[in-house]
Amino acid sequence: MDRRRVLRLLGLGGLLSLTGCDRLSQSRWFPRVLGKAEQFNHRLHHALARRDSMAQEFTEADLSPVFPSNGTRQPVDADYRLLAARNFADWQLPVSGLVRNPRSYSLADLRALPSRTQITRHDCVEGWSAIAKWRGARLAALLDAVHPLPQARYVVFYCYDTMDFGGARYYESIDLEDAFHPQTILAYDWNDQPLPVPYGAPLRLRVERQLGYKMVKFLRGMELVESFDAIAGGNGGYWEDRGYEWYAGI
Amino acid sequence: MEGPATNTAMETGPQSARGIYRHRLPVRITHWLNLVILVVMLGSGLQIFNAHPALYWGERSDPSHAWLAMAARTHPETGERQGITRLFGREYDTTGILALSAGTPRGFPAWSTIPSDHWLAMGRRWHLFFAWLFVLNGIAYLTWGLATRHVSRDLWLHSTEARHLPRTFRRHLSLRAVRADVEQGYNPLQKIAYLLVIFVLAPLMVLTGLAMSPWLDAAFPVLVSLFDGRQSARSIHFIIAFGLLVFTVIHVLMVFAVGPIRELRAMFTGRLPPRQNES
Repeated sequence: MDRRRVLRLLGLGGLLSLTGCDRLSQSRWFPRVLGKAEQFNHRLHHALARRDSMAQEFTEADLSPVFPSNGTRQPVDADYRLLAARNFADWQLPVSGLVRNPRSYSLADLRALPSRTQITRHDCVEGWSAIAKWRGARLAALLDAVHPLPQARYVVFYCYDTMDFGGARYYESIDLEDAFHPQTILAYDWNDQPLPVPYGAPLRLRVERQLGYKMVKFLRGMELVESFDAIAGGNGGYWEDRGYEWYAGI
Repeated sequence: MEGPATNTAMETGPQSARGIYRHRLPVRITHWLNLVILVVMLGSGLQIFNAHPALYWGERSDPSHAWLAMAARTHPETGERQGITRLFGREYDTTGILALSAGTPRGFPAWSTIPSDHWLAMGRRWHLFFAWLFVLNGIAYLTWGLATRHVSRDLWLHSTEARHLPRTFRRHLSLRAVRADVEQGYNPLQKIAYLLVIFVLAPLMVLTGLAMSPWLDAAFPVLVSLFDGRQSARSIHFIIAFGLLVFTVIHVLMVFAVGPIRELRAMFTGRLPPRQNES
């Protein structure tokens, strides 16, 4: 073996390993093996953190001068545009599923619920962070009013925005631990003004200990379920159905 | 694999006919595992970086305050597509490598990322799985290394070495001296490089990685304040990744400089073969 041969072997090995990684990524079994880390992280993170560990809160001086609008900036859906045209006066949030008192909330009803104001950092799965002030109804207060049944485990959020030509609308889900967390709110104000359309008018979710894709915009309805297996792709969210982790705390 | 009869430090000094027993089995296993892990971590890390190819200091990512940003643009006169990398306010045309490659706007080119296509979800899967392998491999190496005193005997600078550091430094600017000292175990500069990687860069890599998790930031706020914000942590994570890459490149160059066949054999079999008139 001479030096040139060693070099050539090393180069070939590198090339093979990278195309090998692509093959593995396309396979069915390998991403599933990699996904084991997500389940482990989910369990470990919940064991390490207190149930009510609070995301850091900031001051007005820390607000981002420009807050990015990611994902859908302006839903083109006809039903949404009708509501927006009347400034969401007719908008209603039905809460259904495994609850004792299913009911619908208008924006006025939500504003009458116990609220919370928080200045928090929004972390996107892409890597950027931005700070804004959010005010909204505490989800815990709403849930106490509708009274989840004992078998309810997740809250599923349905949205107005259609994401692709297949017609799939955005949706997400969180567990009850996150749903009852003090910082989990249904936000109707952003930086002291009614939530603008690019940020999810008239109502969006804030789950401050997870990544941005959990925090749905343009809310259309909520459902309490025992399992999300039968909803859309069965993975608990629009992006989860496309390979992203359901536990978005990383 | 054969091993030494006793748990002594790596053999140095006069060589037997069969050479010097240099690397014990746990070192060899964790070393080669680490190579695979680092390749995957770098490739998948660049994939994740490409989802937002810019870096900042502090908590926020204000676009006007990026210290590094990659973006494609159309040249105002020629109409050609260009990849522009802005570093500390200065713009560089990096078309073909950074910011624009194979006609597509992307931070790092396809040949450097895992997977090669733009596929953030899959990059994250690789990264977050292999991160655990990196940590477990590191813990295994350190536990073994501290328990057998490999770290204190073979890696830590002896007091004489520490005292003569400036002289050693000058001496090892010459490759001939490095070559001549191969049989003496790791040379002091080599030790410093390894210690830096093992006890400073690798732990910082893990901590800055953890600091990017919003869940862990809530549970352990000190994680993120330690680095002056989540975006700083992301920047440091990126800089250290390239620190480790530079270390690896120099490491491989040194292997080639002092004798790739003997060094590779030592890392595979444990034994540094006796010197011959090398080709």
